[in-house]
Amino acid sequence: MHAAVSNPAVAGPAGSRTPVLAWLLLAPAVVLLAAFTHVPALMTLVNSLYSTPAANRPARFIGSDQFRDMLSDPVFMSALKNNAVYALGTVPASIALAILMALIVNSSIRGRTWLRMSFFLPTVLPMIAVANIWLFFYTPSYGLVDQILGIFGVHGRNWLGNPDTVLACLMALAIWKEAGFFMIFYLAALQQISPNLKEAAAIEGAGRFYFFRRVTFPLLMPTTLFVLINALINAFRVVDHVIVMTKGGPDNASALLLYYVYNVGFKYWDTGYAAALTVVLLAIMGILAFAQFTIFDRKVHYQ
Amino acid sequence: MNGPASRPVSGVPVVPAIVETLGCWLLGLLWILPLAYAVWTAFHPAEFEVRFDLAAPLTLANFVTAWKSAPFARYFLNTFLLITITLCSQFVICTLAGYAFARLQFRGKTFAFYIVLMQLMIMPEILMVENYRTMNALGLVDTVVAVGLPYMASAFGIFLLRQTFLTVPRELDDAARVEGAGPLQTLWRVYVPIARPVYIAYGLVSVSYHWNNLLWPLVITNSVTTRPITVGLQVFASPDQGVQWSVITAATLMTSAPLLIGFLLFQRQFVQSFMRAGIR
Repeated sequence: MHAAVSNPAVAGPAGSRTPVLAWLLLAPAVVLLAAFTHVPALMTLVNSLYSTPAANRPARFIGSDQFRDMLSDPVFMSALKNNAVYALGTVPASIALAILMALIVNSSIRGRTWLRMSFFLPTVLPMIAVANIWLFFYTPSYGLVDQILGIFGVHGRNWLGNPDTVLACLMALAIWKEAGFFMIFYLAALQQISPNLKEAAAIEGAGRFYFFRRVTFPLLMPTTLFVLINALINAFRVVDHVIVMTKGGPDNASALLLYYVYNVGFKYWDTGYAAALTVVLLAIMGILAFAQFTIFDRKVHYQ
Repeated sequence: MNGPASRPVSGVPVVPAIVETLGCWLLGLLWILPLAYAVWTAFHPAEFEVRFDLAAPLTLANFVTAWKSAPFARYFLNTFLLITITLCSQFVICTLAGYAFARLQFRGKTFAFYIVLMQLMIMPEILMVENYRTMNALGLVDTVVAVGLPYMASAFGIFLLRQTFLTVPRELDDAARVEGAGPLQTLWRVYVPIARPVYIAYGLVSVSYHWNNLLWPLVITNSVTTRPITVGLQVFASPDQGVQWSVITAATLMTSAPLLIGFLLFQRQFVQSFMRAGIR
């Protein structure tokens, strides 16, 4: 990043004009980014401290009241807990499967083109399409899941209607959809690993699992960090399946944070509280951003 | 298993190898199963939704019913318009900004670059409440432009193009200048052609993102003439409409078909593009 900054002046005689030109070139991007990312982020912070305006009474400053309300709001607490469970459940599973898939597709197994297609296909589908298809799987007694379990004598579970199983159902779908996407990054990383390492290990008599644990996995570490952060962001950003399949129910057992923001903002039109909820999401994203910058700086030193 | 302890990697015993291959295929089969099942449901009459009979008659009736019961043609047109407008704007805006960051000197460059990168974390949908307010103030609620506008200055696109432009040899730059080309002409004649694979990669990623995007379009659109295909499908398939499963599945496949077929035809390019876009 700093290499470009420290380069000598580029335009030679015209050098004095380049700052003007540079800002002209940046203007459209800067204006749009400010209008739809930075200003709204700041306005969200400001509005979270104000009450929701209504027709006969304007917004008034209420300080941290809405954040205090949040702590006693059972829906928020369950959305926060659900989102944590969702992230901790889907992210490691997707990453483990992605590594396994990449190893399979990168090996000399027969039919690997077919396997790569099969693993990657869910990534190309819209989340709403996936949710529609899986909604049918989970239909009580009629759907595919119950049909298959029926063979083993388990009957008539209402998978999406039961607070104990609904979140797991959404997580299964998310893992199915995301693992193939992350596989791509691992595949790219695996292809960078020198085949000499494998030969050397073979001569030393190292087993395959030993080789994976001591050579491949450490070499994949930068990819894993990159995928980890992106998977975590996605876990807080994608709620399409909640909208299609459960609407957060039953009893808020499948409500995720962004879905709750959507509900408060556009169903109840309580924009002040929605802003306060968004601040929580922004804080989570901020922590992830901070983690990414510090971790990635360390990664650069390693190389 | 019982072989010598120092058996080399290449000498894996025969039987476990077959078991392993079968295991891999099983995983592949498991992964394709949901989609295969959707295809089965969509192409057969409703009574075969849960009955697997190889003699079941194939039919396109579900697709015909779906197509007739909602304005899908209009939804497709909206999505097409949305993607065209968004992608063209992204290409222009990100090219100009990426070039400025890669090759021009100005004060506050590093700071400006970090400010741009913030959008990688704060995606527009997270700020949907504020962005809705802004669109309302601009009088853009329920327009196709409003669906694409927050995504047009894409930090990801700017970053990707900046990285690519940094690799362009200075000699090409100098040669163009000797011939009397200004910065914009150099950008157009030297940088843009070199970055072509990156434009394709970014284009594919962006098209699939906007084809599949649901939440923001759901918030900002409210009528048949603006809804993209995902929102149209959501309105069509919501449970209170009481539409048959086979018809919903047909509609679902129909809306995903262009991307799906594109992927099956250009699998290699798709995978390579996603790889290229991922290696930052």
